Amino acid sequence: MNIDSIQNGVVLDHIQAGKSMEIYQYLHLDQLDCSVAIIKNARSGHMERKDIIKIDSPVDLDLDVLGYIDANITVNIIRDGKLVEKKHLALPEKLVNVIRCKNPRCITVSESQLDAIFKLSNRAKHTYRCAYCDTEYRQK
Amino acid sequence: MRNLIDITDLSVEEIDALIATAEDIIANPARYSQACAGKQLATLFFEPSTRTRLSFESAMLSLGGSVLGFSEAASSSSAKGETVGDTIHAVSCYADIIAMRHPKEGAPYAAAQVAEVPIINAGDGGHNHPTQTLTDLLTIHREKGRLDNFTVGFCGDLKFGRTVHSLVNALSRYENIRFVLISPLELKLPRYVKEEALKSKGIPYTQTTDLESVLPQLDILYMTRVQRERFFNEEEYLRLKDSYVLTPEKLEKAKADLSILHPLPRVNEIDVAVDKDPRAAYWRQVKNGKMIRMALIMKLLGVEV
Repeated sequence: MNIDSIQNGVVLDHIQAGKSMEIYQYLHLDQLDCSVAIIKNARSGHMERKDIIKIDSPVDLDLDVLGYIDANITVNIIRDGKLVEKKHLALPEKLVNVIRCKNPRCITVSESQLDAIFKLSNRAKHTYRCAYCDTEYRQK
Repeated sequence: MRNLIDITDLSVEEIDALIATAEDIIANPARYSQACAGKQLATLFFEPSTRTRLSFESAMLSLGGSVLGFSEAASSSSAKGETVGDTIHAVSCYADIIAMRHPKEGAPYAAAQVAEVPIINAGDGGHNHPTQTLTDLLTIHREKGRLDNFTVGFCGDLKFGRTVHSLVNALSRYENIRFVLISPLELKLPRYVKEEALKSKGIPYTQTTDLESVLPQLDILYMTRVQRERFFNEEEYLRLKDSYVLTPEKLEKAKADLSILHPLPRVNEIDVAVDKDPRAAYWRQVKNGKMIRMALIMKLLGVEV
């Protein structure tokens, strides 16, 4: 894989430096058969340093998860070597099975088969609350 | 289909309508005696309770309906490891409406995801207890004739006191209410309740550890018990359980038209001598609990008289 350009795939750009491995794991990119390149600490005009992930296949990514991890990421869709779409992300209103509640009294802790549902409670502070027990979860 | 999981599931208009129905039930009980004939209420109490369960059952019986259920987890399939969802799925096949209490927070929300009949949260751990809130609102309405323009003090365990969380949320939607939060430092109202119910709406509140200093300014005093079952640490419970004890002597400084509410059961936070004081509204509150539950059951079953 040539990491400078891909023909058909997705480029995740403007990732906060150091967060690319976290995204790799959240999106389960290890399960892909195609080439995946992680570029760490690339120089950036806006950010000084950034990470980039290039996926050499037109995969369908969970943009809610991406938006939750880092809403400043840009998702570039590449077709035939050209940029055909640039998606900007936002914090999702609802997260399902992305994070788990840590309140030991919450039903989702004792019944782990339940979907872990969180709802955005404060966009400015990046806080979510468990839909079951209201326990607050603040993004690190 | 509607559920009542959190008091905010109901709009202010719906709460006002429930209160109006409850007032009519109190005035004309015979008119409602067969309102739910042929309907069945399941009371699923995975955690023991006397008052709330009997209140629900009495409410349904007074509407001409019937009741089934269990009063502790040990006598249900949850003792065999069954999930809440499976229990609810099964009971949905028998009953027309379910009132459930569970020690785990959010269990009624989980139940509502799979239920085919309306679910009423009758208390989930230290989280919410919306029918107690409806009871409290009906009581304030009957005692004061209104649900706005007063100063309300919440005293005791404001951290784990689910009735407090729900009532603060509910009252924050009415006009010109001042909140006074009285608790030990360890049992303060959770930050998320303050932020979302009060701060975000610009509603004034004060926090104190001293009941006597704020008692004279209160129109309503909502006492709560420090609940042993919410503590992981017995020593901490013993240290905090006697933080506040309301006595006739302390009440000498209170307003003549103060209304004292308590979700009950009490331990020793209200001296029994206070029961004779006409300002003690907590036994009237118990009766109101049945009436508002009758109104709620009718609403969720879509029954009109």
